[in-house]
Amino acid sequence: MSGAFQPSRSPLLGAYALFVYLFLYFPIVVLIVYSFNGSGVGGFPPSGWTLDWYHQLFADASLWDAVLNSVMVAAVAVAIALGLGLPAALALDRSQFPGKALFRRLVLLPLILPGIITGLSLLMLFVGMGMKLSLVTVILGHGTALISVATTEIFAGLQKMDRAQEEASLDLGANHWKTFWRITFPNLRVSLIAAALLIFTLSLDEIAVTFFLIGRDNTLPLEIWSRLRRGITPEINAISTLILLFSIATILIWYRLRSGTQSAGDVQTAAGLLPSSLEGES
Amino acid sequence: MYSRAYKSAVTIPPLLWVTVFLLVPYAILFCYSFWSVSPLQTIVHNWNLQNYAQLFRNPLYLTVLLRSIRIAGAVTLLALLLGYPLAYYLSFHAAKRKDLLYQLVIIPLWASYLVRGYAWKTILGSDGVLNGFLQYLHVTHRPVEFFLYSPFAVILTLTHIYTPFTFLPIYASLEHVPRNLVEASHDLGASPFSTFLRVILPLSLPGILAGATFAFVLTLGDFLAPLLVGGPSGIMISNIVVSLFGAAYNWPLGAAISFCMLLLVVTLLFATERLEKRFTIS
Repeated sequence: MSGAFQPSRSPLLGAYALFVYLFLYFPIVVLIVYSFNGSGVGGFPPSGWTLDWYHQLFADASLWDAVLNSVMVAAVAVAIALGLGLPAALALDRSQFPGKALFRRLVLLPLILPGIITGLSLLMLFVGMGMKLSLVTVILGHGTALISVATTEIFAGLQKMDRAQEEASLDLGANHWKTFWRITFPNLRVSLIAAALLIFTLSLDEIAVTFFLIGRDNTLPLEIWSRLRRGITPEINAISTLILLFSIATILIWYRLRSGTQSAGDVQTAAGLLPSSLEGES
Repeated sequence: MYSRAYKSAVTIPPLLWVTVFLLVPYAILFCYSFWSVSPLQTIVHNWNLQNYAQLFRNPLYLTVLLRSIRIAGAVTLLALLLGYPLAYYLSFHAAKRKDLLYQLVIIPLWASYLVRGYAWKTILGSDGVLNGFLQYLHVTHRPVEFFLYSPFAVILTLTHIYTPFTFLPIYASLEHVPRNLVEASHDLGASPFSTFLRVILPLSLPGILAGATFAFVLTLGDFLAPLLVGGPSGIMISNIVVSLFGAAYNWPLGAAISFCMLLLVVTLLFATERLEKRFTIS
């Protein structure tokens, strides 16, 4: 025998994979189709194509207020998560300190912990501190929960970096700060942009933590949530379709940036989902 | 070696933030779980185990907890049954289309939770797409009510949401299966099925464990899908927590339930981490 392992053809497995894709995409397609449906949500077959729901959407002031709030929250959350995730990743990658294992677990816990627990604990903290619930508490919540994503993303970038450049810089007499700004930071730029995109998207969609920390001003998901209680309307299909298109676009850009800096096989662990992905390499 | 100042600069800010916004809130949650509510609706700081005792005495909590575990178990199983073959197909049979197919799974993974939950609501509702379709085909003559507002709807929706989460670590572990081991097994005369059973499956166990943990933990803590599509018979343990923090106003009891969940999640994470290590060859 010679050459690489040859994948065998297996039509049954292929058909099953197709079925899984259909399952994953069926609701998404339904959602988009019915956002153009003249006779409202539901019923079959959809009839009377229309853009009315999108027109209604663009005239809906309170919805756009919510969009604005969400964008603001997401932007600040990105700043917090990156501002703390970058040093956290540097610390985990190249420094030893007491309590490092606990620190790693704690930072990464919000990745897997159901949002309700993070949300409730923070609610108790803010109430205990006498803070009024507002977009500020939402921002603190998002920032804290998403440090985990920033840390895993940036850590993955650090692991891929060519250390020789840093060592050369240090050998040639630059101190650590100079080396960081001249070598490490520029090399991490793509990882940082990719992390920012992912965090922005996740914050824009966040609902479980937000649910407990929201004050008077709604974020977009919370605004949609409160409208869902009053019944479903095709207008929600229309805004959902737009949200979906936006997240698909950012996810694809994120993926491209990611696979540009690393080999394709590593992207999945870089998606920041495996808490154990930060182990052993420190 | 890194200078002391550099080390402190990367360690202290994230450490401080995580302590204030994660560790302290979890500690507050723990404290609350021993307090109680006075008839005047104020929190009384008299330490006791009443809340925990109530969890075991009141059959409602146990019933809902058991239902939540059943639903989480079903979602985990279904997500594995859908995610594993898909990951296997991508890793071993997709050849050149691997990258594209991988992106097609990543999109629903990061796409808005709320949007996807809402999509299922429009599909399963009594005047929804599925009922419209069945009546259009004259399979049924009046709307089938049990599609929506049932544990079935919760399981379906959450399976849809968490299948990509399960897929991800499984795919990562399959990609790390050394291809020469697979080839050796073939060359030594093993059938594809026994190669799968004896070589590939054992080597992908860490991925299965990680994927199953994600699906189980995140389902167990979910309170949005039950509110969206579950109805009274689909109420889960987190919904009870939400109502205890809202209308029912019993934060201490809610904190006790949340702390039990936190404990369960952390225990599960430790257990899977240990198991993962046992099954990982290095």
